[in-house]
Amino acid sequence: MNAPIQETELPAAPAAVGPDAHYARSLAEGRWKVQRCNACLRPIFFPRTACPACGSTEYSWFTPNGRGRVHSTTVMRRPQAAGGDLHLCLVDLDEGFRMMSRVDAVDPAKVAIGDRVVAALIEHAGAPLVIFHLHGEGA
Amino acid sequence: MNAASKAFRGAAAITGIGSAGLGDAKGFSEMEILSLAAQAAVADAGLKMADIDGLCTCSGSATMWALPVAEYLGIQPRFVDSTMLGGSSFIAQLLPAVHALMAGDCTNVLVCYGSTQRSGSVDRAAVTKMRQVLDPQPYETPYQPMQPISAYALATARHMHQYGTSRAQLAEVAVAARQWAQLNPAAFSRGPLSIDDVLGARMVCDPLSVRDCCLLTDGAGAFVLTLADRAKDAPNPPAYILGNASETWHRQISSMPDLTVTSASRSGPRALAMAGVSIDDVDLACLYDAFTINVILFLEDLGFCTKGEGGAFVQDGGIAPGGRLPVNTNGGGLSFGHPGMYGSFLVLEAVEQLRGAAGARQQDGIEVALVHGNGATLSSQSTAILATEAAL
Repeated sequence: MNAPIQETELPAAPAAVGPDAHYARSLAEGRWKVQRCNACLRPIFFPRTACPACGSTEYSWFTPNGRGRVHSTTVMRRPQAAGGDLHLCLVDLDEGFRMMSRVDAVDPAKVAIGDRVVAALIEHAGAPLVIFHLHGEGA
Repeated sequence: MNAASKAFRGAAAITGIGSAGLGDAKGFSEMEILSLAAQAAVADAGLKMADIDGLCTCSGSATMWALPVAEYLGIQPRFVDSTMLGGSSFIAQLLPAVHALMAGDCTNVLVCYGSTQRSGSVDRAAVTKMRQVLDPQPYETPYQPMQPISAYALATARHMHQYGTSRAQLAEVAVAARQWAQLNPAAFSRGPLSIDDVLGARMVCDPLSVRDCCLLTDGAGAFVLTLADRAKDAPNPPAYILGNASETWHRQISSMPDLTVTSASRSGPRALAMAGVSIDDVDLACLYDAFTINVILFLEDLGFCTKGEGGAFVQDGGIAPGGRLPVNTNGGGLSFGHPGMYGSFLVLEAVEQLRGAAGARQQDGIEVALVHGNGATLSSQSTAILATEAAL
């Protein structure tokens, strides 16, 4: 069937995009949004089209409070020419998900497992990036 | 043991092994050393290349690697498995290969791999950049992890935190590997190495120093599988395959459910159950030691000791020559060689020991060998149980 293509107005709402693009677009707008499964209520990280825990394809996006704890930590020893030593860690967010990141603005060797951290949104290589800062105990 | 496991147990055997281009293969291409290893393995099995009608191989760079390999070797395989799970691939390929033999789909399977990552002219920085395009990990790459070592460093730090594992205990793994390598003329690194040398070596990713990391060498390894009744006619004693199981839980270290527990805790017990043997029956362990933490994790996860006790298990020469369990008697990825993916060499060493042909490093009474492969960032785990005829 060769129906003529109808010229229509583009919808005002942004075109539907996948979870990856939605995540990136929110970050680019300065808002950190993470998925939460509507069925089992677990956070979903990294973004996916279905909950890896229960399989539901129904999810919403929420803004994490950004507070968490260093789950593991390392210092990547790099020559100065390659940018020098750089921190790398896994952070367990209080809201129940884990992500790779780094703790900035501190000697990377001083970061310890269990340290309280809080997220910050920075720009890195022209793209937004979620990093963390140390946050005193009780945070 | 269920009927399927019973049928699988001992149905096939490894009858030929070969290696080539170990250490530094300068002047030879990857395909050339792979082919030399394959020819050696086929000859060792008492076969000709024309007898090979099954092929298992994979590559860290070429996506259709089985095709150029078959073309180069001049074979027309009726069974091909090119599953790519990282370094564990050549262990994980055993199960489908044995099934294909049992089904009569083919009669002789060649498993082969080669890499010239040390001497080759490939621009590794360019490859890393290309991988980020072809195989994106957008939730890790922006933090510039030095993979795979950064992932293993994170797992190590967590193991040390939870279980009090020390850097000196990790160093025991590297020193034991070196002591075994000193008994193996084919090993790449055979010089003296002490605990203090490991502790004082250049840090790469805290808490792992360069001596906690496997070597970067060239090398090709190959072996031949055939059904047990045909294996009896082979020139060398067959190494029977009693069980093989694989499992994967994650790809990225940030998605690993527990940094201190790998899926070897499932693949190991399943392979042992298939084989109808207990962990106490294992005379030799060949464990994929890309980093020192691997050996500690796998000793625990496979059941040689309880979780958290791996550090104590390797302490005081526990896995060195004369220790409580011979582990990685060829010198392992840490001192024998590690050409990108080490999996085939785990099998080669187990077969040498089961044949009683391992020279100065030969251990007495090796009847049951456990071979354990690991891939990517602790991501894929595959365990196989190999045994002599006496253990059937």
